[in-house]
Amino acid sequence: MIGITAYGAYIPRLRLARKSIVEANSWSAPELRSQGKGERAMCNWDEDTLTMAVEAARDCLGDRDRAGISAIHLASTTVPFADRQNAGIVAAALAMPEDISTMDVTSSQRAGTTGLIAALGLAAHGNGDVLFVASDSRQTRAGGIQELQYGDGAVALAVGRENVIARLLGSHSVTVDFVDHYRASDREFDYTWEERWIRDEGYARIVPQAVKGVLARTGLAAADFRYFILPCVLPKVAASLAKKIGFAEDAVVDPLHASCGETGTAHAILMFAHVLERAKPGERILVLGFGQGCDALAFEVTEAIAGLAPRAGVSGALARRKEETNYSKFLAFNGLVEKEKGKRAELDNQTALSTLYRNREMLLGLIGGLCTACGTRQFPKSLVCVNPNCRARRTQVDCRFADTPCSIMTFSADYLTYTADPPLHYGMVQFDGGGRFLANFTDVDVGAVKVGQPMRMMFRVKDFDDNRGFRRYFWKAAPAPAQGG
Amino acid sequence: MASGIRDRVAILGMGCSKFGERWNDDAEDLMVEAYEECLADAGIGTEQIQAAWLATAIEDFHVGKSGVPLSVALRLPFIPVTRVENFCASGSEALRGAVYAVASGACDIALALGVEKLKDTGYGGLPQRSRGVLNSMWWANYSAPGSFAQLAAAYSAKHGVDPGDLKRAIAQVSVKSHDNGSRNPKAHLRNKVTLDQVMQAPMVASPLGLYDCCGVSDGSACAIVTTPEIARSLGKTDLVTVKALQLAVSNGTESGHSSWDGSHFMTARIAAKRAYAEAGIKDPRKEISLAEVHDCFSVTELVTMEDLFLSPEGGAIKDVLDGFYNADGGLPCQIDGGLKCFGHPIGASGLRMIYEMYLQLLGRAGPRQTKDPRFGLTHNLGGAPHQNVCSVAIIGRYGE
Repeated sequence: MIGITAYGAYIPRLRLARKSIVEANSWSAPELRSQGKGERAMCNWDEDTLTMAVEAARDCLGDRDRAGISAIHLASTTVPFADRQNAGIVAAALAMPEDISTMDVTSSQRAGTTGLIAALGLAAHGNGDVLFVASDSRQTRAGGIQELQYGDGAVALAVGRENVIARLLGSHSVTVDFVDHYRASDREFDYTWEERWIRDEGYARIVPQAVKGVLARTGLAAADFRYFILPCVLPKVAASLAKKIGFAEDAVVDPLHASCGETGTAHAILMFAHVLERAKPGERILVLGFGQGCDALAFEVTEAIAGLAPRAGVSGALARRKEETNYSKFLAFNGLVEKEKGKRAELDNQTALSTLYRNREMLLGLIGGLCTACGTRQFPKSLVCVNPNCRARRTQVDCRFADTPCSIMTFSADYLTYTADPPLHYGMVQFDGGGRFLANFTDVDVGAVKVGQPMRMMFRVKDFDDNRGFRRYFWKAAPAPAQGG
Repeated sequence: MASGIRDRVAILGMGCSKFGERWNDDAEDLMVEAYEECLADAGIGTEQIQAAWLATAIEDFHVGKSGVPLSVALRLPFIPVTRVENFCASGSEALRGAVYAVASGACDIALALGVEKLKDTGYGGLPQRSRGVLNSMWWANYSAPGSFAQLAAAYSAKHGVDPGDLKRAIAQVSVKSHDNGSRNPKAHLRNKVTLDQVMQAPMVASPLGLYDCCGVSDGSACAIVTTPEIARSLGKTDLVTVKALQLAVSNGTESGHSSWDGSHFMTARIAAKRAYAEAGIKDPRKEISLAEVHDCFSVTELVTMEDLFLSPEGGAIKDVLDGFYNADGGLPCQIDGGLKCFGHPIGASGLRMIYEMYLQLLGRAGPRQTKDPRFGLTHNLGGAPHQNVCSVAIIGRYGE
């Protein structure tokens, strides 16, 4: 048996009210007025495709032993690096062993499903589970319809042969160079063609061909499926296609337009993970990914799903929410308006790559030290123990802090230091069981930060180096999810 | 235990430039201004100086690295000149170098000069600088006010003080320093402020508002030191000597080990104990006449009074509100306006503090003069509460 063994999801906490988009643009784009319902997920200034991917992967893996993972594949069309393996950064942030294979899957909205098919194939023949992550944060022009349709988000699936919660019944792919939209490699934004053509010549012709193919391969009929997953930003396309092909009306899965928006390559898988939260053993799920063709994957939920450890999943990610009604902030975070940053932002943030490499476990994996002489946990790992009563030399072994609960010991909200979202919050963060460091906070609100507040470390962008097109990542403290949440 | 520095080195002369926004002056102007006063006070010539220490912390702006800028500005006679830098405590480091050189017998007369030319950055506050290649990759992005502001959160939590009450107490610290600064012609900020003004000022880093932060200034201060014997031979009769000169530097305990609670300075407590032992002071609250502490931020001054054992643990708020540290209180603090109002040209500040204590001990402080001071304490801090260098120095009359 080959299939899904676990899932995890991440959606940024900030949800931009579409009303704020259409109102701000009503002077120039009054036709958008009717689209001002619901909200779309938006990255905080320090979030991107990779930080979301890491969080989705952490949700998927929980405290599972990393040794069982043989590969990490990352699907996205918005990876920050064109030539530096992005999946490798995810692997480092997850503190994966070096003996792991990694790959970026990109260049099409279909990368999510195509990548999943490839991951399933690798897991079927490989030496362990494949962690498949899909994440996207597509940029759009201010006031364009995509700004309303898209959302940022990530999803992760562990794929393997044991403890399968959703068994792969079969898959089929159709490849057609149907260019409903494209984004040239040197451009920031999509260029799109007429919606009616996309609907009638794209979805209506290509999707049924893929469905037909997977049904033929699995020997199943449309009616055998409880869930029909097809992301499509065009209204009613999924429902009308499902009906036409013969799927039950209630099989059509909610695309999360109201609460999240379309998350690009992640979206079909995100909808799939959302379904897995409630699917029952024996139920079948059809996952379709459209983009220069169509992928179709058929799954059947197994009894093992009941034994899956609790996780945030899509519902948990959606519940971790803060409404943002300031459209200007969205524009600023996405570089759509040139903000005055002040002279403090002129600081050169060049990253010494050799230093980054030397300290990669500390910086990307948040690995500190545990003194084997006295048991003191400390960050960073050092040659001489920080414990005043120990000071043993060269006794420390690796100790990862990323998943250790922590709390705020001291803090301030700083209006002086440059940040894209002032004030900059930071403070001494004390880890349960020992270890502390002065950390930047993220996803906090002015006035809501307290001494003693439980926090959780999150992988985020620390600084952007606009001069050199680099960004550096590190870990920040964010409010821990409420107990039982 | 070492016998210490007590009474082994005398201050032959001191000088201090006007602090402030010296738009039309370079570091050279500031150095020479302080030096001319110092040299006249010492009553010697440049050729008699045998070694010099230059303190400047942010050399990127104007001053430049090495001992050369001082040697060139003063045309020193090809003597050893060493540049020292230890964050905001650099001025005290220059003094330490000069005092220890004299105490060792390696030279008879030495110069310590601190200078900082900050007002060429184009914006208010301290210059934004890299913290180092690796540190920049993991240290929180933070500012000086934001790092010190955290003392307030921790102090409130530790002592069960309502944050609003603490805010009012630290505001009183600033009101007092502005009052003192108004009487000092060399001070950068000479305006008096009210408690309401301080409380209502724009927030810089919560809970610190604009008036909780010291001035960022251009300025220079210097000292010429020698042995008491040589000072006498040069005609000095009223000798001010160094009683204690201590420095404690964080070793990462605060920032990395659970034993620090964030509400105080480990370094200050250690340096203070050593300084009192070196100076032979048993009861600092009674014996210290005056204190110039590193009030980079109002909350720093408040917790420092406890770290120096001048206020009892948890008792600084009461002392501040009672006016114990006011000009007419039991232990005047920041009688010259402090960093808050005299200003804070980084490398000069440690020497500026000593300068005021020196004037007070010699009865030369004019309208700020306190009655019969005996021991003047300076506390000069650099870095942030979780990682810093802290100097505590005590000066007094020779033989007392």
